[in-house]
Formats: sequence, structure tokens, C-alpha cells
Amino acid sequence: MVHSTHSGSNRIAGVGRLTPAKTVRFTFDGQNLTGLEGDTLASALIANGIHLVGRSFKYHRPRGILSAGSEEPNALIDIERDKSRKQPNVRATVQEIYDGLKAKSQNRWPSLTFDIGAINDVFSPMLPAGFYYKTFMWPKFAWKSIYEPKIRAAAGLGVVPGEPDTDRYSNRFAHCDVLVVGAGAAGLAAALSAASTGAQVILCDEQSEVGGALRYETDVKIDGLSGYDWAVATYAKLRGMANVRVLTRTTAFGYYAQNFVSLVERISDHLSRPAAEMPRERLWQVRAKKVVLATGAIERHMVFANNDRPGIMLASAARLFLNQYGVAVGRKVGVYTANDSAYAAAIDLKRAGVDVPVIVDTRDSPSSAVIEEARSLGIDILTGHAVYSAGGKRRVSSISIKPNNGGNERKIVVDALIMSAGWTPSVHLFSQSRGKVAWDAANERFLPGTYAQDCISIGACNGTDNLQSAIDEALVAGGGQTGALAATGGTNWISGMIGSAPGAGANTTVKAFVDFQNDVTAKDVRLAVREGMHSIEHIKRFTTNGMATDQGKTSNLHGLAIAAEALDKPIPAVGLTTFRAPFTPVTFGAIVNHARHDLFDPTRRTPMHAWHEAQGAPFEDVGQWKRAWYYPQAGEDMHAAVNRECVAVRNHAGIFDASTLGKIEVVGPDSAKFLELLYTNPWEKLGVGRCRYGIMLREDGFIYDDGVVGRLAEDRFHVTTTTGGAPRVMHHMEDYLQTEFPHLNVWLTSTTEQWAVIAVQGPKAREIIAPLVEGIDLSNEAMPHMSVREGKICGVPTRLFRMSFTGEAGYEINVPADYGKAVWEAVYEQGKPHGLTPYGTETMHVLRAEKGYIIVGQDTDGTVTPQDAGLTWAIGKNKTDYVGIRGLLRRDLVSDGRKQLVGLKTVDPKVVLEEGAQIVANPNQPVPMTMIGHVTSSYWSENCGRSIALALVIDGTKRLGERLYVPMPNGVIEVEVTGMVFFDEKGERLNG
Amino acid sequence: MVEVSRATRLHPLQAGHSGILSVSVTLAENATRISLRAREDAIPALSKALDLTLPTKPKSTASNGARSALWIGPDEWLIIDGIESSVAEDLRKAKVLHSAVDISHRNVGINVSGKGADAVVNGGCPQDLSLSAFPIGAASRTVLGKIEIVLWRLAENEFRVECWRSFSNYAYAFLQESARDVAA
Repeated sequence: MVHSTHSGSNRIAGVGRLTPAKTVRFTFDGQNLTGLEGDTLASALIANGIHLVGRSFKYHRPRGILSAGSEEPNALIDIERDKSRKQPNVRATVQEIYDGLKAKSQNRWPSLTFDIGAINDVFSPMLPAGFYYKTFMWPKFAWKSIYEPKIRAAAGLGVVPGEPDTDRYSNRFAHCDVLVVGAGAAGLAAALSAASTGAQVILCDEQSEVGGALRYETDVKIDGLSGYDWAVATYAKLRGMANVRVLTRTTAFGYYAQNFVSLVERISDHLSRPAAEMPRERLWQVRAKKVVLATGAIERHMVFANNDRPGIMLASAARLFLNQYGVAVGRKVGVYTANDSAYAAAIDLKRAGVDVPVIVDTRDSPSSAVIEEARSLGIDILTGHAVYSAGGKRRVSSISIKPNNGGNERKIVVDALIMSAGWTPSVHLFSQSRGKVAWDAANERFLPGTYAQDCISIGACNGTDNLQSAIDEALVAGGGQTGALAATGGTNWISGMIGSAPGAGANTTVKAFVDFQNDVTAKDVRLAVREGMHSIEHIKRFTTNGMATDQGKTSNLHGLAIAAEALDKPIPAVGLTTFRAPFTPVTFGAIVNHARHDLFDPTRRTPMHAWHEAQGAPFEDVGQWKRAWYYPQAGEDMHAAVNRECVAVRNHAGIFDASTLGKIEVVGPDSAKFLELLYTNPWEKLGVGRCRYGIMLREDGFIYDDGVVGRLAEDRFHVTTTTGGAPRVMHHMEDYLQTEFPHLNVWLTSTTEQWAVIAVQGPKAREIIAPLVEGIDLSNEAMPHMSVREGKICGVPTRLFRMSFTGEAGYEINVPADYGKAVWEAVYEQGKPHGLTPYGTETMHVLRAEKGYIIVGQDTDGTVTPQDAGLTWAIGKNKTDYVGIRGLLRRDLVSDGRKQLVGLKTVDPKVVLEEGAQIVANPNQPVPMTMIGHVTSSYWSENCGRSIALALVIDGTKRLGERLYVPMPNGVIEVEVTGMVFFDEKGERLNG
Repeated sequence: MVEVSRATRLHPLQAGHSGILSVSVTLAENATRISLRAREDAIPALSKALDLTLPTKPKSTASNGARSALWIGPDEWLIIDGIESSVAEDLRKAKVLHSAVDISHRNVGINVSGKGADAVVNGGCPQDLSLSAFPIGAASRTVLGKIEIVLWRLAENEFRVECWRSFSNYAYAFLQESARDVAA
């Protein structure tokens, strides 16, 4: 054979489909290497004679490349474009190389060839399956502080990148008539058939190009072409059809309800210099009328001692490396098989000039044309034999073989071993779709059984073993008429073995790996059974078999067979664990896609936001809203600013952005009747142009929300809600309207964002706004406290409310939102000479607390009734029905011992209580003390010249004047229970 | 009364558009908007008042000149009209049971136009936007990323996205981001 030296010493000239002239330079652990365009990292490494690519998870054993596809458990690599674009645990068999690619091996220190952690392999008898459940139970504290951190540091794979990912990720929702997953022979035929009907078709395949097994099968003819050429021609044909979308490098990883399938498309991972606009990956969220699964089958490895040595790999992988990439996996390649398919690989290698010293076949007397062909090429075939062990450490160097019926062991020198225990139909997505698998006893495999969705499996994943049958079934599944497609050749997917091979059976202690990625051996599975695990779900968790990122694609069936044998039960009786999404690991980037930075969550700003910002106001987050918190002047801290704002509002006037308050327009002849049912208050007799403070309860009698409601007309109300409560109050009202009171002629419209709300509060409020207002008589007589008028302000329409959340006379000017900033600025200019001061949410909180006005959600917590909150006056005495009326009659809501809202004054007026602090009656009682309440609101009140607080206290209203205590870390604070109003107790200022 | 010049409308976003992309995302013109609610028996009278036939099928719309009615629910329409509009007065004349609420300033309209506009919207909207499922003139209340929108197809490659005012920055940024993917 002729080796091409440019792209690796194991590259065979004239073999494979890559172009020798198109070389690509990359590094592996700092070593400069050359591959060819189209290579995967795995094929390029093997071409360069590198099989040792990583260390295993638990024992740090040297590991190589097992497969050539996404099922790869071993070859997990760290790929780094730059500091922020680092990806651990990339499968070398999936990653395509590009110029400048930097790859690093993982889980080794100080180097891949000399790894200190490999000591774990020596001590492995002390680290059996489940060791961490038993060994480290004592002393108790040591698990968290010593054992777990040590185990976590020693075990594991790649290192999580330390910097934020700078790549972009995208998302696309799509609908189609037929989604075909897998573009092998069956998938391509199904897509052709479906496309011929005019249906919208999406065909996806996780590989960089279509073809599936046709990429390595050399004996296939379809429609007169070689299998690969037919695949390429069919791809071109499908790409040319307007109703077909073909997505390569795209993995269908999740199959959810109603044929909702998630795909991830890798867009730039294979490019040397991706365009700036190019997302790295695109998530496709596809709703398909019908799903065709053509996901193929996954080859299993043989379970024997030291089957994990680098250079030992699946036969189909060796065949793909050869026929696609022109790479020989070794120069002396042994074959170990339990079925026919590995023979084809041996034949291809032999024909390419590679030495194939032996085919070891566990079967006693197999016979088939392919075996004869291998024999005719002069390959030594040992049937009824098994490989008992592999020699070599960082690379397989020999195999020890023995006849099954006894006899002497002998050693054969190899530098690679390819193996096949048979094929496992890939029923992962079918299982994710909630389909039930059925056991095919004759061929020892699970196949799609009962379907749960409009979905059909075709080809190898359906147990259809003959290529012609697979294509015929694909054409039918596609639903179209494309005429017959004649096909010959192809892999025989049946026969083989599951479980441990000879030499690794019961009573052996060899390391015969079942699950490479989690370092689970055949004896670990048996140990789990001996320890009493009888369910496959328990065995899985005890051994971690199948729980690694490859989800046991190569190991599940072997593990199950070994467990079944140890349990002496048939395989279906032991059961199969459920397959879950994702089929292969998916990046967080793809899942999050657009929802990063500013798009992580909407940030809601009021129409006047820019003005607040220009004034240097910090903002408080209230749900998604940004609310101006306070407006510091030069040299002021928050305290000073708030004190100044509080005094200014009471002495002159303040201006406050209340736009975020929820607003609902309630319209219809039954509006008052509806509000009677939703609020505790009476509404029928509220006059047009008047307002009322309303309390809304849940069915259980507890306060749900509150707000001022204005009557604009007989049949039209302007309802306000709390900022945070706006959406749920709207839903609550709509829910009752539709389900309980559908007979009422009422409609609800959210107007939260229609109106910008400018609160002008304080003794000068009227004077300030009067010159701007048109068509409204602002006099006390014409427009008293709690009234609403429609007119104009600054030439634009307004709903002007006379209302107050400060205790001062004041207005809330509602104007259409786009006018908000202009009107705000006009009012501010007008008010400046009068001492008008902008104030934020903090001052608003203090001012309302001075007046004992509650904030739902701060002074209430979902267990507070109107009576508890001192709002009995807000319950309509003569009302016979409203939401919560029966809840309020519950015994525990009317009996003594409820927590009631009261005021607290610290005996030392300078001390400000901490919100949430607990209250006790006797500070000298032993700990734990009996807590009788807690502080809900607490502030320094500059207007009162002292601290003020609100608290929920058991039987609080009976304790007025009592001394209570607030134990804090630095001492006990003595408080006096008071009423809730601290300022202007008679409320005279409201009418000023 | 002090003379104050009439306040001008100020949108939360002033959108431009980048020439590189095949799809442009731009701010729609100011509009008059009414949320109209009524039961089935009021539809003929309201249609007459509006001078267009209120649509009654899901996802459908009806237009007469600048005035359009978008079906939002079995008893709900979004009426969109030019900035100078008599729609509120016209509806007041209809003496049938209904609710008309001015939401002109509640919403902001964003136009998404150009080849691939459907893909840009599908970057965050799960609806089937194929012409057979969502033909020209179709409209629907739906979602875009994490917000609620009303989506209206004005032409094969032109959509109008209506969202609440404080969500418009999000919607605009989202559509811009999605448009980058379609251009790529």
C-alpha cells in the first residue's frame, strides 16, 4: 500500500473520498498535525497514527477512538477557538477539523501519556461500583468537606470554560408535513417519496453529509448507482425541490408530544473562520404532521478483558475511516466478531493493502458468502474462538485468543483490533415519543412496538434487515409514488451476541468494559445484582451504566444481558431503561439561543424613563419594570435624598411616575354588578366621576390585590391594580367572568400601557397643575378627594384622578402613553417655582407607611384578611355575594389569635427596625422563643422625626399600648404597639 | 390657562434598519387602535358602523382603506386605523351592546419586511407561517420569544408585529437579532 505522508502516515492514496491536495493544519495537545478537508478529528488523528486520545472517567485508563459517529463514548476532546469559545467533551468522531483547530485531551495530568490519576486503575479493587455509597459514610462531616470534593476532582471529563460564550445561537420554529430523521438509504428514499406528493418535507442527518451506512458500504447498488453515488445524487435532487429542506450536521435530539421534535443544526463548528453574522448553532423546533424515523442501528463492541485499549474499535468505524476518509486504522488489524458484518470491514481493509492477520469469530460454524470471500482473500478465520484479552497499554499490541471448547491460549500481534458484537436498532427517538418497544427474541433486540404518535420507523432502526425491504418500506412510509427502487447489497444487521464474551463471564475478575464512558465493567453489573439490585433501573443507578453523556448507546444492551444472566431471568423481564432527550449532548447556547443579554427577559420602561435616567435616578426592579427609586442630588446618599423628598411632598409638592400601576377598563351595562362580585366593596351606588378604594379577595378570603377604581360612566370603570399584580388580576377577573359569571354583559381590556400616570401630590398640587388643565373644574367643591374627570392637559386628553397614596391632596394625571414624557416635563417646569420635587418608589413607600396605607405583598402575604389588615370598613356590610365572602366566614378566620396589622414605635425613636424581624412578648424566655409576629414595613420618617413600622402581630389590635420586643443579634429592641397611622391621623390634608 | 404646545407622540423606540440584511425591521407609523368586544348578534351593526365586515373566522382580517379589523378571539377584534380616525365616533353611533376601548398608545407596531420575513418571525414565533396556513391578510394573537404579540401578514414577505409599548424594545431587538440569522 502507498501511504500519503502529507495528511498522515495511515492515509492510503487512492482510497476514500477526500481530496489529498486540500490539507488542513490542526493541533492536538500542542502537536502540529495535518489532515484533509472533510476529516473528522478522529479520522485525522488516526491518519496520523494517534489512537490514544483521552483518559477514562474513573480509572484514568488510556482510551482511544471506539466509533466513527455520535455514539462515541471515549474520544472526548476539548476544542478551543479562543478563551471564551471553549467546548469540553466534544466527540472527536463528530468534530470536523478546520485550519487552526486546537484540540486537547482531557482528564489527564500532567500529560496524556503520563497521568497521575491512572493510580486509580491500580487501586480499582477498592473502587467497585457504588463505592461512594459505602466507603465514605464515616465520619459524616467528611463527605461534604473531603470525600466528595476529592472524588469530583479525580473523576470527570472536560473543564467548564471560565468566560462567557461569545458565540451567537439562533432559533427557528418550523412546520412540515413529513419530518424524516436520518438520511441513510431508508431516510433518503422516504424523503423522495414524501416530496413527490408535494408535501413539505424536512430531512435531517447528524453527519456532515447524507448516506449513513452507504458512506462505507462498498457492495451496495441502488437504482443502478453505487450506494454512495445514489445518496449524493438523491441529496442533490432533494435540495433542488422547493418543498424539501435538507439539514445536514443536524441532530434530532428530542421527540416531544404532538410530533414536536427538536433539532440542533451545527452551523460553524466545522469552519476555520465563521462569518461574524453566522450563529454557531441553530435550534429547530419542528412540528411535523408525520415523523419518519430512519435512525439506523448502532454497532456493539465485544465485552472482553481490556477491550478498552486504544486501537480497539468498532468494525463499521474502521470501514468508514477507510472508505470515506482513506485512513487505515492500523497496519496489522485483527478482527473479533460475533456476526457477519465485521467480515466486510476485514475484506475492505485487506483489499486496501492492510494486513489482516486473523478474524476471530465466536460462532462455531458460521457460513455465508461474505465469510467465503474473506477466506478466499487469504484471511485466517478462526471460528469457535474468542479473544480473551488484549495486550498493550496505550495502544493495543496483541490479542490472546482461545478456542471456546477449551485448549491453549495463543497470542497474535496486532496494532489495531476491530470488533462487532452485532447491531442495536436505534430506538431512542421512538422511545422518547412514548412508543413502547417490543423484544425480538429471535434476534435479541428491542424494536419499535406500539406507537404513541403519528410516527413510523423504517430501515435498520425498525429491524428491517434487507436493503431492498428497507427501501420498499421507506417508499411506502413517504406516502408517495416514485416507482420501485432496485437495491442490492448492504449490511446484514441481524445476529451477533449480547452480554459478556467468553473469558469475561461470571466468576471472572477481568476488566471487560460494558460502558466505556462511565468505566462500568461486566463484573460491576454482576456486583450490583449480588448487592440486591434486581430492577434494571436500580442496576443502572448503582453502576452508572448508561448514565454518561452517551446514554449507553453502545452499552445498554450488554449491561441488560449481563444483569439478566446474573438474575437468571429473560431479558424482557428485566426491562429496558427509558431513553430520554437529548439523544446526544446539546449546548446550553442552542437551548437558550436568542434569550441572552437584553433578550434574556423583557425590561419594561415607562414613557418617562429617559427623564428619570437623565436625573440620575437609580432604578428599582419591580417584576420586569424599572421604577425610579429616588433622585439623589449632589452629595446625597439614598437616605438624605429620601428624607428630602418626603419632606418636600408634605410641605410643597412632589411628582411621581405611577405609570406601572395595572389598569383595566371594565365596560358594559353589568360592570358595577361584576365589580360587586370581584371586590369586597359596594359599587352599584358609586356615582359617575367618583372613585373608591377596593379590596379583592381570593375564594379563601385572603387579600389578593387592591387599588382605586374610578367610575367614568354608568357602564365604564377605570380599575387600577398593583404593579406586580396587573397580569394576574386581569386573569383572575377574566377567569371569573368566563367561568362563574358568563351571564354578565361585561368586557375587560388591559389599559396598563395605554396610560402614562403622573402623580402630583402635596399642598401645592392643585396650584401647579391648574394652568395646564383644560375643561375640568379643579376646585374642592367640583372635584373633591376620590373623584375622576376627563378633560385635557397640555392639549392632550387626560383622565384626571383626584386621589392620594401619600395622605396629601393630590392628583394622578393619566395621559395617553406617548404623551407621558412631554406632559411630565411640562408639569415639572410648571411646578418647579412651587418647590415641586420628583420622588421615587422609596419615598412613596415611606409616605404611605406614615399614613398606614398597606402594600399588598409587603404588608400582606396571602394569609391576611381585610379584618386582619384593619380594612373591615372596605367590606360592603349589606353585600350577599363576592369572591371570598364564604372564605371569610371560616372559623379560623374569625376566631381570636390571628395576626393583625398594627403600628410599632420603637421606644428609642432613632432605632429603625429591620423588615422581617420577629417579635416576642418576653425577651427573657429561653430560646427558641415564642414568636408572636413580624415586622412588615419599617422606615425612618423624617416627617415624624422618628422611625415607624408596621407589623403583623397575634391579636395585635388588642395590644395597643403594649410593650413588645424585637430580639436582634446586637440586642433586644423594645417597641410599643400603636395604631397604623403615624401622620395626620384625622386625614385632613387629603381635602386641602 | 397657560399656553403649552400640544405634546407630540414619542415612541419608546426609534427604529432604523440596516441595509445589509435581507429583512428590514422598522417602526410602523402611528395608528389609532381600538380593542372592540361584542357578542355575535352585534356584529352586523358594528360592521355597518365601521364600514367593513368584521371577520368571524380565526386568524382572519378585513380592511377598508386604512381601517382594518383583526380577529383576535370569538368576541374580540383589534381595530387599527390611520392616525386621524373617526373610528371611536363611528362606534359610538352603533347602538348595540359592545365595548370599545382606546388602546392607540398601548401598542407599538413594528414592520418586518423583505425576503425571509417569515423566517425572521419564526425565530421566536411558533406559528406555522406557510402561505397555506397563514395567508396574506391573516392575523393572530401569538407569542414572540417571551412576549405576547399580534402578528399580521400584510404581504407574502411583510408582517406587522403589534406589541405592548414597554415590550417594543424587546420585540424590536428580538426581530433584529433574528434577522441577522436570516441574512447569514
